Amino acid sequence: MNDKILLNHGSGGKLTHNLISNLFVKYFDNPILKQQTDSALLKIDSALIAFTTDSYVVDPIFFPGGNIGKLAVCGTVNDLSVSGAEPKYISCGFIIEEGLLFTDLEKIVKAMAEEAKKAGVLIVTGDTKVVDKGKCDKLFINTSGIGLLDEKRKDISFGKNIVAGDKIIINGDIADHGTAILCARNSVEYSSDILSDCAPLNHLIKKALNSSQQIKFMRDATRGGLATVLCELAEKNNFGICIEESMIPVKENVRGLCEVFGFDPLYMANEGKVVMVVGKEDAEKVLAEIQKDENGKNSAIIGEITEDNKGMLIMKTSIGGKRIVDMLAGEQLPRIC
Amino acid sequence: MKYIDEYRDKSLVLKLAEEIKRISKKEISLMEVCGGHTMSIQKFGIPTLLPANIRLISGPGCPVCVSSKLFIDKAIEYSKNKDVIITTFGDLIRVPGSSSSLEKEKANGADIHIVYSPLTALQLAEQNPDKKVIFLGIGFETTSPGSAATVIEAYKKNIDNFFLFSAHKIMPPAMAALIDEGVKLNGYICPGHVSTITGSSIYEPIANNYKLSCVITGFEPVDILESIYMLVKQIENNVAKVEIQYKRVVKAEGNLKAQAAMNEVFDLQDDWWRGLGIIKNSGNKLKEKYKKHDAEYVMPLNIPEPKEPKGCLCGEILKGLKSPKECKLFGKACTPSEPIGACMVSSEGACHANFKYNR
Repeated sequence: MNDKILLNHGSGGKLTHNLISNLFVKYFDNPILKQQTDSALLKIDSALIAFTTDSYVVDPIFFPGGNIGKLAVCGTVNDLSVSGAEPKYISCGFIIEEGLLFTDLEKIVKAMAEEAKKAGVLIVTGDTKVVDKGKCDKLFINTSGIGLLDEKRKDISFGKNIVAGDKIIINGDIADHGTAILCARNSVEYSSDILSDCAPLNHLIKKALNSSQQIKFMRDATRGGLATVLCELAEKNNFGICIEESMIPVKENVRGLCEVFGFDPLYMANEGKVVMVVGKEDAEKVLAEIQKDENGKNSAIIGEITEDNKGMLIMKTSIGGKRIVDMLAGEQLPRIC
Repeated sequence: MKYIDEYRDKSLVLKLAEEIKRISKKEISLMEVCGGHTMSIQKFGIPTLLPANIRLISGPGCPVCVSSKLFIDKAIEYSKNKDVIITTFGDLIRVPGSSSSLEKEKANGADIHIVYSPLTALQLAEQNPDKKVIFLGIGFETTSPGSAATVIEAYKKNIDNFFLFSAHKIMPPAMAALIDEGVKLNGYICPGHVSTITGSSIYEPIANNYKLSCVITGFEPVDILESIYMLVKQIENNVAKVEIQYKRVVKAEGNLKAQAAMNEVFDLQDDWWRGLGIIKNSGNKLKEKYKKHDAEYVMPLNIPEPKEPKGCLCGEILKGLKSPKECKLFGKACTPSEPIGACMVSSEGACHANFKYNR
């Protein structure tokens, strides 16, 4: 084990997993945490509640298609929604670096208010800390959220009812957020019109849930991208997953940029994408339903759950070959040549 | 996507695979020299499309894999100096040195920047005149011209706090050394991007002296299969010559500007390659005129020669004598998240590509 925390520990890959299992879960040990779902599922009296938290440290704080505030609200709304819950209340904690422009902070807070309104959630409590210059990078935001969970949807977080033949659906083009951030960073002199896909998905998810009882699992494909969500799902369960490269929607310019840098869109971050596992009879119906939502126009069925290749994610490549898609060992690094 | 999809056309791929099967009679071994090819071959599952009598072997064309551990140890030593900013391509950041890695040193407070171009390193040097900015120059003829152009720029602008720490190497001597060592090959799938710079003539001695078929190859599945087809055709007809498959990018004379920059800045020196040892005139060092930008000349280090990790077969694998799966460490003690050998670190390494796509 390393004696210091590396950046890689926060990449969402294997080192992050090790850190969570070997340190946090080890000491905080309790049955709810152990489930390691996107939101913790709590029973208080007779009500089922989903509870989640997330911190936002994105650099730069303004990027094409959004800013850190919009991200902080959407992220938490989405974490709750993919558990099958209806998001209700959100808290926000600001850690502000001395010297941040007041107008910038206002833009960010306004964006948060707008997104909360769109999602139909209330920001009901918060905290503010200002730290010395250099002690944080402009602005960090933490949001926590609670939502109400219908009893009949309590298994969605676990994917307990998934069987071979179930279909995998994604609600549109992958890798937009990751590539938009890459372009917005100063280190890359590359201008593009790629926008982050950052959006609250609770309305889209509600449409899907109302249209079918066969939605067996949902997860938002944020850090680590589509591949990480599906790898984790396969790894934790007794089935395989097979996806088809040609069915996965990726914008031309996003694909182009990823080709140039040697990045795989499958691992690029999204902030407005949900992966669903749906019973095969209902898949087309759910697809048609979410395609009606503004955040689901480009939704597609990209693969299915398989009996074979247990624990693994397999991709049929565009040329007809097959390959393993593995968890990332760390952040994707640009290739040398 | 234009210029990509045409070269990933399923029907064309299958047709080429069919043709290869039809004309290929001999038992042959082809080496893909370049790490980019290794990655594509595994990523697209190309071996499964070939008949059993054609064997593909990965070669020494992964910059991280062939660079010495001493290079990493020295880079780490430089990074410990508070006056130094290390700039590097991302691939190097996780490569284990003897007792640390650049990634770990970064956590210890070293100022290490991942850059996409050496010119960014030069900018950093301009912005930080009180720091020494060292660019870790690794790679072959593909990355050397960028380093060379940056050194020329630094020299012209008198940016004296920019330094190149060069582990740049050139490809042909290693391709010859492999055959001299007794590696049995019938042909080379020659690197496309190296050839973009050098042109096709650098492989003539290999085709002529060693009677090996050479085809300069692009990186998409159709490129690779067409190239294998061309190689098989040569071999079946007992021909050994240099051909260019990657014609949309590679010209026979290469990129003259890039060659001029390299010739202006670099002299050849004997250099150490993992698996192959010292190869005569295979490394690029800065010429006398540019010594003030040479990190090793200006800031010499005296570091003990590190040991290669026990049980690691990187050397054998880079020579094409062993496949990653023959290594006892592969996939067990040595994985991409906890690599032991360099071939598992770099995404272009044979072990990494095999682990990722084909274990």
